[in-house]
Amino acid sequence: MSRYLLRRLLLVVPAVLGISVVLFAVLAAAPGDPFEELATNPAIPPEVRANLRAQFGLDDPVAVRYLRWLAAMLQGDWGYSFVSRMDVEDLILQRLPTTIVVIGASQVLALLIALPVGIYAATRPYSIFDQIASTFAMVGFALPTFFTGILFILVFSIHLDWLPFVYRADISATGWRFWWEHVRQTIMPVAVLGLFQGAAWTRYVRSSVLDVIRLDYVTTARAKGLPERIVVLKHVVRNALIPVVTLVALQMPAVFGGAIVTEQIFRVPGIGSLLISAILANDTPVVMAVTFVFSVLVILSNLLADILYAWLDPRISYR
Amino acid sequence: MDDRDLRALLSAVREGRLPRRRFIQILAGLGFTAPMATQLLALSGVAMAQATSTYKPTRRGGGGALKALWWQAPTLLNPHFAVGTKDQEACRIFYEPLAGWDPNGNLVPMLAAEVPSLENGGLARDGTWVVWRLKRDVQWHDGRPFTADDVVFNWEFASDPATAATTSGSYKDVRVEKLDSHTVRVRFQKPTPYWADPFVGTQGMIIPKHLFENFRGAKSREAPANLRPVGTGPYRFVDFKPGDIVRAQLNPNYHLANRPHFDTLEMKGGGDAVSAARAVLQTGEYDYAWNMQVEDEILKRLEEGGKGRAEITHGANIEHMQFNFTDPWKEVDGERSSLKAPHPILTDPAVRQAIALLVDRKAIEEHIYGRTGLATANFLNNPERFRSRNTRWEFNIEKANQVLEAAGWRRGADGVRAKDGRRLKFVFQTSINQPRQKTQAIVKQACQRAGIDIEVKAVTASVYFSSDLANPDTYTKFYTDLQMYTTTMPQPDPERFMNQFCSWEVAQRENKWQGRNITRWRSDEYDRVYRASEAELDPVKRAAMFIRMNDLVIENHVVVPIAYRPRVSAIAHRLRAPLSGWDNDFWNLRDWYREA
Repeated sequence: MSRYLLRRLLLVVPAVLGISVVLFAVLAAAPGDPFEELATNPAIPPEVRANLRAQFGLDDPVAVRYLRWLAAMLQGDWGYSFVSRMDVEDLILQRLPTTIVVIGASQVLALLIALPVGIYAATRPYSIFDQIASTFAMVGFALPTFFTGILFILVFSIHLDWLPFVYRADISATGWRFWWEHVRQTIMPVAVLGLFQGAAWTRYVRSSVLDVIRLDYVTTARAKGLPERIVVLKHVVRNALIPVVTLVALQMPAVFGGAIVTEQIFRVPGIGSLLISAILANDTPVVMAVTFVFSVLVILSNLLADILYAWLDPRISYR
Repeated sequence: MDDRDLRALLSAVREGRLPRRRFIQILAGLGFTAPMATQLLALSGVAMAQATSTYKPTRRGGGGALKALWWQAPTLLNPHFAVGTKDQEACRIFYEPLAGWDPNGNLVPMLAAEVPSLENGGLARDGTWVVWRLKRDVQWHDGRPFTADDVVFNWEFASDPATAATTSGSYKDVRVEKLDSHTVRVRFQKPTPYWADPFVGTQGMIIPKHLFENFRGAKSREAPANLRPVGTGPYRFVDFKPGDIVRAQLNPNYHLANRPHFDTLEMKGGGDAVSAARAVLQTGEYDYAWNMQVEDEILKRLEEGGKGRAEITHGANIEHMQFNFTDPWKEVDGERSSLKAPHPILTDPAVRQAIALLVDRKAIEEHIYGRTGLATANFLNNPERFRSRNTRWEFNIEKANQVLEAAGWRRGADGVRAKDGRRLKFVFQTSINQPRQKTQAIVKQACQRAGIDIEVKAVTASVYFSSDLANPDTYTKFYTDLQMYTTTMPQPDPERFMNQFCSWEVAQRENKWQGRNITRWRSDEYDRVYRASEAELDPVKRAAMFIRMNDLVIENHVVVPIAYRPRVSAIAHRLRAPLSGWDNDFWNLRDWYREA
């Protein structure tokens, strides 16, 4: 097991290097210039832009810039934002807690919906409950987050006027008010992300439980007189969840992707909105760092899925 | 009325024989506008009337929280590094210039004790220097006094090429000297009619010497105060998250009585313009939203929400269509749209005139821009004293047909006009932006009816407005026959704005397409008038020159002005926010208050 782990971890290195080369090349080839806004302003002399480009090393060939970036990265230096003129890691660390809160809460919400609904629907296939649940899951899965987000704003903020739709990371209130404000503004983004994710997972949980529930050992468990609750929870669910766990782990990066859009709609100051504004401003070091974080997350969640798999299912061995 | 009569009147006012108001009335009767008349008075030694402030609150603070929404988030807080308006606005909460520009294009003193004039000895008669007397008893937020050293330091800081300050254009060609602890003199290399550029308005915010002294040149980006500003403004720094939010609180030692009104201020960034408008007009979650680039129809619908109003501030940004005077389809010495290859068709004035007749500006205003883009015949629209009254525009398909017919362009079998084997077929490019595509369609349709075939092309804004040398689709390269975009006029003085038709500004490979003359139209008369305006100190004569330049551009159909685009903000009903089209939205933040 540990040898397997070591081998997998070593494989991460070339993968990450490859990703960084591709990212850097694509960003270098993309049109635009971080200081282009200066070019359209008649009050700013062109020398200023030339000077800034030189200062930030933008005039060097791509290969040189990449090697410089790599060398800095190896020393733990994530780079320096052209636009905000501060270190990229500070920018990311400032944004990270919000993203983790929003994404974490939405994942919990998704699981809270998907598990009970999926299991219950599978134990009573084609019942009214199952039909309704499947329909909702289908609809929820089919609607993109940018659509549900705007729909939620229209209904809950504008027509009902219950919830704010501008997310603020700094809330000046203290005590219970602070928590209340935070919960209120988090409800909509979390619900949008959580329901989308929950809808997809409900379908997986249901089909996975349905596969297992027909197996002979379940019939045996029932035959020996175990109550239905125990049969489902101990015997069915445990086996049925193995593929679901893999899926949840593998889908983590996709959630970050969905969060980018949701963050933009609700003005949540997370990593996703940082990425968007950095792309719009052509702030290469920030784009590079955030996409790099995302790609490392993909690799690590893959690894995590494989390891979880073995832990849950002892029949699988690693060599 | 000639020069002599005017001067007699002016001296009558100066000696107190004629009241100011009467003078302005006389001039108004002669077709001069009030701002122009006041400018005249200022330059002839009669102080500008202090713009009366509309600020009502009688004590400092107590206004609660002011929540402003910017759909582009500020990313840094040093005014000398501000990349766009959003950064300038965020800086303006904390920093102040010596003076700001009011909506009429008049100066309002901020850190200056008074506006320099000939009468108070602040202006040189030959236009080579200006003396600013600074307000005493102004403190930085950390309690240190604000003095002339700070002002001189800002000049040193911004003019150092190693700093790469975005404000350097206003400082690199002047010299600033300290006369005493609260007086500085700005010296110009040549007579400068537009003396109010350094230390004024968006480019003029003053940063404290004691915090930036050790961070000059290339080291300037390391200054901690870049992200934690200490200024003189009405609000003090609390917290800043780049790309997200700026928070500030009342400055208890602000140098004006009873100000500011709000206890805390929050400037939240990000998102999009429509939802920002919603948050102010419909839900009232925020008090103010900046730059509502939203279709007027949507704005009107949101205003029905009853929580706020859209406020229009007039500037001079102009959406216009340009003709290419060089041939974009022929390569000369490896360069397209080269001066060596005049455009084979568009150099015919009849064709340009016909196309100008085919732009239905009224329909474009009514159906596309509404209150956010007003049809105009002029390229230079504001301040009013520079607006030409000699120009007209019309939409007339029949006349366009006649003009083309008379010039020998005959319809072919396919309905497209041609002459000597050259067909009237043009490529018309702009950036991807819904109102612009609608405008393109309106123009294309009208042109079709006059036998002109237009092929429309739309380029992603990030490419079109970039300065990417390798990309053929940028607006400065102009590798098509026609193009359309908005050009901005950040200052109330048109000198820099109007240089975009000077022959030495032609954008070409030699200057990496950084020249500002993109149509590549060249006119000796225009050049001559422009040169003369640079040295003309008499404001009336100078205004006449700018009007002449505008008329030259319009008469020769170098461009077709489509709509001049005021700034639109969304403001909560009870909020009073004095805005100006010549300065930042926050230029007069100290006077913002909420009515009880």
